[in-house]
Amino acid sequence: MRNAVYTGLRRKITAITLAVSLAPLVTLGATIYYQFSGMYRDKIREQIYYRARSQAGAVDLFLKERTAILAAMADTNHFNDIVQEKNLSTIFSIMNQRAGAFVDLGVIDIGGRHAAYIGPYELSGLNYYQQPWFGEAMTKGVFISDVYTGFRKIPHFVIAVKRQENQHSWILRATIDSDVFGASIKAAQVGRTGDAYIINREGYYQTRPRFAGEIMEKSPVDPSLFGGGTTILEGGNGHGKPMLYAGSWLNNDKWLLVVSQEIREEMASFYATRSVEIAIMLAGILAIVVVTVLTTGVTVKRLRESDERIDELNAQLVQSDKLAALGKMAAGVAHEINNPLAVILQKTGWIEDLLEEEDLAQSKSYEELKASIVKIEEHVERARKVVHGMLGYARKMEPRLEDVDVNETIRQTISLLGNYARINNIEIKTDFAEELPIIAGDQSQLQQVFLNIISNAIDAIGKDGYIVVKSQRNGPSIGVDITDTGPGIPPERKKRVFDPFYTTKDPGKGTGLGLWISYTIMKKMGGDISFETEAGKGTTFTIKIPAVAPEKK
Amino acid sequence: MDLFRVLVVDDETDFLETLVNRLKKRNVDAIGVLSGEAAIEEMKKQLFDVVILDVKMPGGMDGIEALREMKKIQPICEVILLTGHASVETSIEGMKLGAFDYLLKPVRLEDLVIKLGQAFEKKDSHEQKIRGARIKQLMRFPGRVFDQEKEDS
Repeated sequence: MRNAVYTGLRRKITAITLAVSLAPLVTLGATIYYQFSGMYRDKIREQIYYRARSQAGAVDLFLKERTAILAAMADTNHFNDIVQEKNLSTIFSIMNQRAGAFVDLGVIDIGGRHAAYIGPYELSGLNYYQQPWFGEAMTKGVFISDVYTGFRKIPHFVIAVKRQENQHSWILRATIDSDVFGASIKAAQVGRTGDAYIINREGYYQTRPRFAGEIMEKSPVDPSLFGGGTTILEGGNGHGKPMLYAGSWLNNDKWLLVVSQEIREEMASFYATRSVEIAIMLAGILAIVVVTVLTTGVTVKRLRESDERIDELNAQLVQSDKLAALGKMAAGVAHEINNPLAVILQKTGWIEDLLEEEDLAQSKSYEELKASIVKIEEHVERARKVVHGMLGYARKMEPRLEDVDVNETIRQTISLLGNYARINNIEIKTDFAEELPIIAGDQSQLQQVFLNIISNAIDAIGKDGYIVVKSQRNGPSIGVDITDTGPGIPPERKKRVFDPFYTTKDPGKGTGLGLWISYTIMKKMGGDISFETEAGKGTTFTIKIPAVAPEKK
Repeated sequence: MDLFRVLVVDDETDFLETLVNRLKKRNVDAIGVLSGEAAIEEMKKQLFDVVILDVKMPGGMDGIEALREMKKIQPICEVILLTGHASVETSIEGMKLGAFDYLLKPVRLEDLVIKLGQAFEKKDSHEQKIRGARIKQLMRFPGRVFDQEKEDS
């Protein structure tokens, strides 16, 4: 019952303390985490954004340079000059000196035929009239092709510019090794998972990606998701790992430069910080929990101990109140019993007197009447003894002060009871402290207490056993322990041991007043009497006598 | 016959009557009254050797007051107090006021009769002394004997 109260209290205090101390910690931790994580995310998005943009700018610049040189060459030469292989070769070498990366150079006339060609391949005489790029170059003036392997089986792309010369137009067309700017894009393939590549509007690789995929193959990235300019997207990479993509359009929005990175990698240092934060939080939480549980445990334990002490004191108070009240009542009741007893005794006496008269003495029932009278008188005597015992004690309550030697008083008491103990084969051992002080007290009252307790001990043992009477000095008092080898006092009787008229002896054998009187005597003396008992082992009564120094004479 | 004249004072009728009857059976000339006031009245009418007086009589004159009055009326008469334990202190006070002794209730008649005998002897010897003293006085101052008796009563 009580346990439940304290357990509940401990739970409540623990819960409240934990809630109050953990809530701000967790809130603070979470807030910092989300703020920091948001900031960090913004930072990496920004980084990847600029990476994509600058790479795209570089590629665009590369294309514009090549286109510009090609256009300049076309614009500064006449068709008739340029088709001269010597002239074309000179132009090709100038172009490669200025910009580089040109693989070949060709002149295509209005009919789509290769009018002249400088390069490692055998392309002269091919007709491009049916090729889509030819039509586009003719209409728009400039054409940059997607990367293709074409006849040469290596990735390249083509830049073609149209020259309008009088009524005659022709096309100067150069093939560019796409590996050249592929290499520059590789600079953006950073870290462990970073990638950078170009795809066309249909999603085919224009440069070789760092990981799975080849030029001209379809990439998993859907270019339609990317809006104008530079866009950042988050998505999976096909392996379930979240990736960050930045796409930047270039080459007149025909190509898309994609820079990608696993978010996890970008966030690595953030995650490391987060782990440290979580570790610190967990350590903090653990410390708070441990300290809370321990302090609460100690607090509740202290509370419980003090409650128990209060209960004990209350119980003692109630006990002494109860005994005092019972004592008063008992004394009153006993006194009232005296009067009827006196009448009964007189009446039986009168009957006895009458029986002595001659005619009644002849009666057959005379002997029986006589015997009954004797019995009545015996029992009146028994009742009278109880009342005398109680009231005799009550009368003696004004203690006299005389010099008392406690050891000597015990010795006298034991000699009074010696015979009784010997008959029952009970040995009374003594263990006296030497040099106990002589105290001021009432020797006969003290002796009555010893007598009651030692004779109770003898009765408790019954036959065969021993009693140890030990005296010792305990600071301001003298303690006397009387230990018997009796059966002990059962728990249900412990509370009533000092109650008046409480006896476990056979009717007529004990009045139930001995321990009550002893208790009251000791309390009035300013001492105490208590006991400890263990079933089957015996009982120890402890008498505490205040060591009041006698007045100097 | 040497009859004791005994006055028994107790508010308990049953007790009083029986005790008086038993005393009479033992050749004691006993009279019973139920209160201190009645006892004083009775003592004004006639002389007693011994009074048996209950100390505790609720509702009227208590034993100690009655004792004081009795000692005024018949100083030579001995008083035995009957008491319960609660009034032992009162009884001891009574002893100081000149009571012969006290007995604890319930008392056995045998004990009471012995006490009565002792009280009577004391009263008797006291009386003898007074008588002897008077005779001496009478012999020295023959003319004043009546005056002396007047003073005594």
